Amino acid sequence: MPANMFSGFVVSLIALPLGLGLAIASGMPPISGIIAAVVGGAVVAIMGGSHLTITGPGNGLVVVLLGAVYTLGDGDLTQGYLFTLAAIICSGVLLLLFGFLRLGGLSEFFPASAIQGMLAAIGLTILIKQLFVMVGDIGAQGDFFSLATQVPDAISAPFGAHKDTRLAGSLVGWISLAIMVGYSRIRARVFHLVPAPMWVVLFAVGLSYYYELFSVSPYPIANELMIQIPENLFGALPRPDFNLLTTIPFWGVVFSITLIASIESLLSIKAVDKLDPEKRRSNTNRDLKALGLATIISGFLGGMNVVTVIARSSVNVNNNATNKSSNFFHALFLFLAVLVFQDQIRRIPLPALAAILVYTGYKLASPDTLKKVYTVGREQLIIFLVTLLTTLFTNLITGIFVGVLITFLTHIIINRSFLGFIRNVSKPNVLMFMEPDSKGYYISVAHFCSFLNFFKLKSKLDMVPQNKKLVVDFSLCGFVDHSVMESLSNYQSLFERKGGSFELVGLDIHQADSGHPFAIRKLLPLQKIGFINRFLTRRQENLKAICERQGWSYQAVGQQKEVAVNKHLYFKNKRIKRVYNMCSSDSSDFRVFDVDFSEGEFIAKEDIRATVLLISAGKEIPQFRLDREGLIEKIYHLAGYDDIDLIDHPKFSSRFYLKGENADAIREFFSDDLVGFLEKNIAYHIESNGKEVLIIHHQRLASVPELEQMMQFGKTFQSIGKV
Amino acid sequence: MSQSAYKTFLVGVAFSPNLKPNLFEALRMAGLFGGRLVLVHVGEKTRSKEEELLQIVASFKEELPSYEVIWHSGNPVDVLLKNCVEHQADLLILGAIQREALFTYYLGSVARKLTRSAPCDVLLLIKPSAERVPCQHIVVNGLEHPKTQEAIATSFSAARALGARKITIVEEIPEKDIHVKVDDDWSLRKATIVKERIKVREHSRVKKILSRLSDQLPNQALLQIQPIFGRRGYSIGHYAKVVRADLLVMNAPKPSSLWDRIFPHDLEYILSDLPTDVLIVRHE
Repeated sequence: MPANMFSGFVVSLIALPLGLGLAIASGMPPISGIIAAVVGGAVVAIMGGSHLTITGPGNGLVVVLLGAVYTLGDGDLTQGYLFTLAAIICSGVLLLLFGFLRLGGLSEFFPASAIQGMLAAIGLTILIKQLFVMVGDIGAQGDFFSLATQVPDAISAPFGAHKDTRLAGSLVGWISLAIMVGYSRIRARVFHLVPAPMWVVLFAVGLSYYYELFSVSPYPIANELMIQIPENLFGALPRPDFNLLTTIPFWGVVFSITLIASIESLLSIKAVDKLDPEKRRSNTNRDLKALGLATIISGFLGGMNVVTVIARSSVNVNNNATNKSSNFFHALFLFLAVLVFQDQIRRIPLPALAAILVYTGYKLASPDTLKKVYTVGREQLIIFLVTLLTTLFTNLITGIFVGVLITFLTHIIINRSFLGFIRNVSKPNVLMFMEPDSKGYYISVAHFCSFLNFFKLKSKLDMVPQNKKLVVDFSLCGFVDHSVMESLSNYQSLFERKGGSFELVGLDIHQADSGHPFAIRKLLPLQKIGFINRFLTRRQENLKAICERQGWSYQAVGQQKEVAVNKHLYFKNKRIKRVYNMCSSDSSDFRVFDVDFSEGEFIAKEDIRATVLLISAGKEIPQFRLDREGLIEKIYHLAGYDDIDLIDHPKFSSRFYLKGENADAIREFFSDDLVGFLEKNIAYHIESNGKEVLIIHHQRLASVPELEQMMQFGKTFQSIGKV
Repeated sequence: MSQSAYKTFLVGVAFSPNLKPNLFEALRMAGLFGGRLVLVHVGEKTRSKEEELLQIVASFKEELPSYEVIWHSGNPVDVLLKNCVEHQADLLILGAIQREALFTYYLGSVARKLTRSAPCDVLLLIKPSAERVPCQHIVVNGLEHPKTQEAIATSFSAARALGARKITIVEEIPEKDIHVKVDDDWSLRKATIVKERIKVREHSRVKKILSRLSDQLPNQALLQIQPIFGRRGYSIGHYAKVVRADLLVMNAPKPSSLWDRIFPHDLEYILSDLPTDVLIVRHE
């Protein structure tokens, strides 16, 4: 309880200036931001499904709301505000509906790089618009590019033409910006007890008191640059105007608001879940319903949209909040602050708040994001930039729509197949079952997996308890996109945190164009005999690490001639396509690798992938074959192998199929110790050709833990069998 | 169609590059089951065709079943269907292309059309081959359906005839049966419990069917029951691909229309992308 109260208090210190600033930046009265935060905090804390999130007015919506106020009101800001309130209420209803329709997975549908581009565009727009306010020019209007060209004039104006009205304001603005930027550089812990936006507020309010109490000169900042809060806060509530309900522009606005609100909230909830020390999973659909309800109430009271905000939520987590009550306390403290400190709030000049928002916008659009996107892959950079520029030139909806389109086009180009997508996009492509031997969950994905159909894989992934073993096999899948790789990585950390295991197999021979774990993976056409795989997958990295630990060597691409598995009857009639992930012990008597093969031209089965362990025998050992299932008998029968019964071990003989030529030698080889060890054998097929022992994990490729198990098994087999 | 093995086999013979493999597969199948084969050619009987046919049959090295050749002109689908009825065929053997081009799938190739309207069981071979490829692993569906017992019984008799060593009865559990939506940890726990309950229920249902068929179980085959989660009709095909089954035995659906093909369900998923050889068991 006390931790949550304290955390709520700290967050309210940020929420106050941010709420005011975001509201003003949206063209709405300052109090509307506070209303959204108070209502949001209270309602979502009571009814929501997440644990550590903070809800209130959001960064992403500033741009949409500002546009709404101007267009719906046709230039009349007050009327526009009332129409926008109606739009906000309608978007709240839609959000509520989304919650009931269980669209919590909606954010997974949008390609990651397109969303990054959109957020960057939002950041830049906020930055540019607030820059003008910061230097005292509150009337600036226009789109991003026209404003951008006016920036140099705006910055110099307070020192020249508009010296009287704007100089003091812009100086306050610059100093506030300096505080925001310098905050992270200053190391003193005392300084960090108070969040940066609150320092700005204290500075601005302090300045006002200085002029009032200590100085003879009048307060230099013009009245129009100060926050306007109505005298009677609880007097007339604004009445939302629903007259435009039947027009198309109105619904266009509603749609934009709902889309951005849901994307921002869903992304923030997902991000906060990753930060949760108690590793709880939030119920996003319940959260959507709560956010919808809060938005409706906020709209009727004259406030902005309520969304889940990542910045304030991470402050919440960092201050050791434990549950939803911190959201409630943040709302409560905010409410009290506004009641008690009304006079002080009126002493805050707009440029100070604008500085906070300039900094926020900069963080949203930071150049680091650009670099990060580029390291994933060049095509991601293109998607990012196209979405960014389209959003800046047009609007958010067009921007994200173009972003989705260009992602799809990029996929078609990379895959060189349009029909492949169309044919398979609506088909189910995921299979899940529990493997009978290992009792682990197994999911196989076929065709392709991208943002278009990830929800199918996601619904299966969500059904696996996160403290269990899960192997996801992409062997039948020809193409995996960036958004999916990123989501899979999230699941990986989720499983690891809860004590389970999440392994990806079947991607090692896909080609990736960058070393980034989220890079797009596509299967090369099989005509390529050798293949160049410059970048290793996570499975490969792990294998490499295991090899290095044991003093073994690792090669991503193997040489078929080196292993010559055809010397074993199992591979006698098979066509080996590739040998890869070759791990060899220093004396090369132990070799573990993955092999890709087919059963011959006329057999219709797909490529078979398996993991093989070869042990070079120190001495001549009998030829035999041992299996739990009696499949593929013919080859051994033709080779003259007979069924061998171990008379001393009837249980073993009934459970396993043992075949060989020299019955006496085999019975001698299979000592009591060896039989005892093998009875616990999982499901390997083991055979010996006299000089080498072949152990094969043949249902599918082994995951990394399974590979380690196999190596261990091989070593024990070697020592017990005295191979 | 009683539980006993097939007696009369029918295969459509077209003079294409695929003739020899198709014919060999049909002869082999009839031989293994100890039945007789009816070869139907849709077209005119000519001397050269007759010679070619005899030549191929003569080159068949394995045990030759009794066979007869019918020459009948007309529409392929009608001719084959008519002959099925006339000769009281138990199994119609068709060589199908593994995945059809978009256009022909909706219009229906001869093989697909026959599959949908044949009066008897249909065997679709995806890559017929002249060489014998042993059938090792049979996968059969364990749907809750009156035809399922028959399908399982058919898979047993096929296993006996073809020498298969492993039979897997698959219980497809669609997501909607697990009526709990997973949103968070609590609902995940609930969903897992419901899943387990469904697994147990399906398992006991299949076990009951098996007890009724206990005398027909082939001795040398390993029997296993595997519950899988996914879309009904689709996931069994995906499973067959993953475990590299040799034969997939499924119940026939009710008659389908163009609508069913545009919005696929059940068997349509399998037919549009054959994972392996498929045997469709029909109800009479």
